Amino acid sequence: MAEKLLSTKHLLGIKDLSAKDIQLIFDHADEFKEVLQRPIKRVPSLRDVTVANLFFENSTRTRLSFELAQKRLSADVVNFSAATSSVKKGETLVDTVNNILAMKVDMVVMRHASPGAAIFLSQHIDVPIINAGDGTHEHPTQALLDAYSIREKLGNLKGKKVLIVGDITHSRVALSNIDCLQKMGAKVMVCGPSTMIPKHIHSLGVEVEYNFDKALAWCDVANMLRIQLERQDGDVRLFPSLREYHLQYGLTAERLAKINKKIVVMHPGPINRGVEISSEVADGDYSIILDQVENGVAVRMAVIYLLAQGIQRN
Amino acid sequence: MSKKRVLLDEGLLGVVIKRLCLQLSENYYPFENTVLIGLQPRGISLLTAIIDELKNIHPNIQIVHGCVDPTFYRDDFRRGDKQLVAHTTKIPVHLDGKKVVLIDDVLFTGRTIRAGIEALLEYGRPEKIDLLVLINRKFSRELPIEPLMIGKSVDHYDGQKVRVVWKSEKEKESQVLLQQENNG
Repeated sequence: MAEKLLSTKHLLGIKDLSAKDIQLIFDHADEFKEVLQRPIKRVPSLRDVTVANLFFENSTRTRLSFELAQKRLSADVVNFSAATSSVKKGETLVDTVNNILAMKVDMVVMRHASPGAAIFLSQHIDVPIINAGDGTHEHPTQALLDAYSIREKLGNLKGKKVLIVGDITHSRVALSNIDCLQKMGAKVMVCGPSTMIPKHIHSLGVEVEYNFDKALAWCDVANMLRIQLERQDGDVRLFPSLREYHLQYGLTAERLAKINKKIVVMHPGPINRGVEISSEVADGDYSIILDQVENGVAVRMAVIYLLAQGIQRN
Repeated sequence: MSKKRVLLDEGLLGVVIKRLCLQLSENYYPFENTVLIGLQPRGISLLTAIIDELKNIHPNIQIVHGCVDPTFYRDDFRRGDKQLVAHTTKIPVHLDGKKVVLIDDVLFTGRTIRAGIEALLEYGRPEKIDLLVLINRKFSRELPIEPLMIGKSVDHYDGQKVRVVWKSEKEKESQVLLQQENNG
């Protein structure tokens, strides 16, 4: 009878999930969304579970979203951010985490700047780990909530055409999204300056288009990634100027008017208004940006709830 | 091999449901301020059968009904081999001051009912909650919970299981069975 609901113990990346797992997460997110509409937005399922949120890299919305999800499931929560920790004193990742686990923590949510940090950690500790973003590698819960939001808006993912625009090379959101959308039967196209599209992107089975207007005409959904301004400061500049980027790849009302059909506009946040997306579009009828944020809590509740069933009680 | 005994065949099941509906009418007519709530997942088929029958008895009365899922309130989360899958909760009205009838197919330990009641209370403070079950398994309660309306009471022996089957694409007819559980 010990049938496992999810095929994985951790959520390290979308790579670990089957289409059935993703469907199960969506089904539970539906129920948690209903919980979030109630006057009392809390269920007691995880009242004896303690979760540590380890953020070795800055984050506002992802951390808040995880924390709310945990609290709405009645879990105890401890938060940790690298800026105020012993990491500054030279402690290793495994030592830091083992010290936290020694205080009887049952589950870890981690964001880290190094790709593969969550996978590395999963080889050294025994509790379920949720990857909240590891460098340029994966950001699975963002991909799940994006796919969930599309499904909510369009009813189904199968056969839907999803366009991802921006810095594909440096985006963990893009990589996880491509994997998740394809597993659910959607078609994916990426678009951006050639300096931001990885060389071997075709091996992922996605289409590439450098002309933004053509790409827009193709899609049902446009997911506008954030231009990571911090990457513009280095020695290698990926595009001439923000103004130039906006002219070529910024989503504006004029561009949307030209394609003559209604598409769904998404953005994982935080938005650079006037760079990848104009204020008018971000706040307009096509945008589901705030739905994404709302769905984020429900989807994370589903992931935490399902993974918590694997924690054995002492 | 499992031994089967039919507790209620399709004909008798229909009679029992009709009686339960008359009992409901006796207690709640004209169903103002009353909400019938099916307990997920297996109370829903019984709720549907009851609503259909009540429509025959009182064609002009709209009966408010919904469903509640006890999963997130269960006390066996992470305690056994069984993994808990959630179902839909749909409560159509605020429950403050309402008379609620909680409906389930089989009452066994009472723990699911306890979880269901806790889930219901998140939707307001009902005037009262009554319990209606199709099958009441006696001598097996682990909590002080007793139904007000009962389809049929059954004595309980270890290793026996009550199965309620509803007519569907897979099943030819509705019936209630008492089975010996498979050991391994």
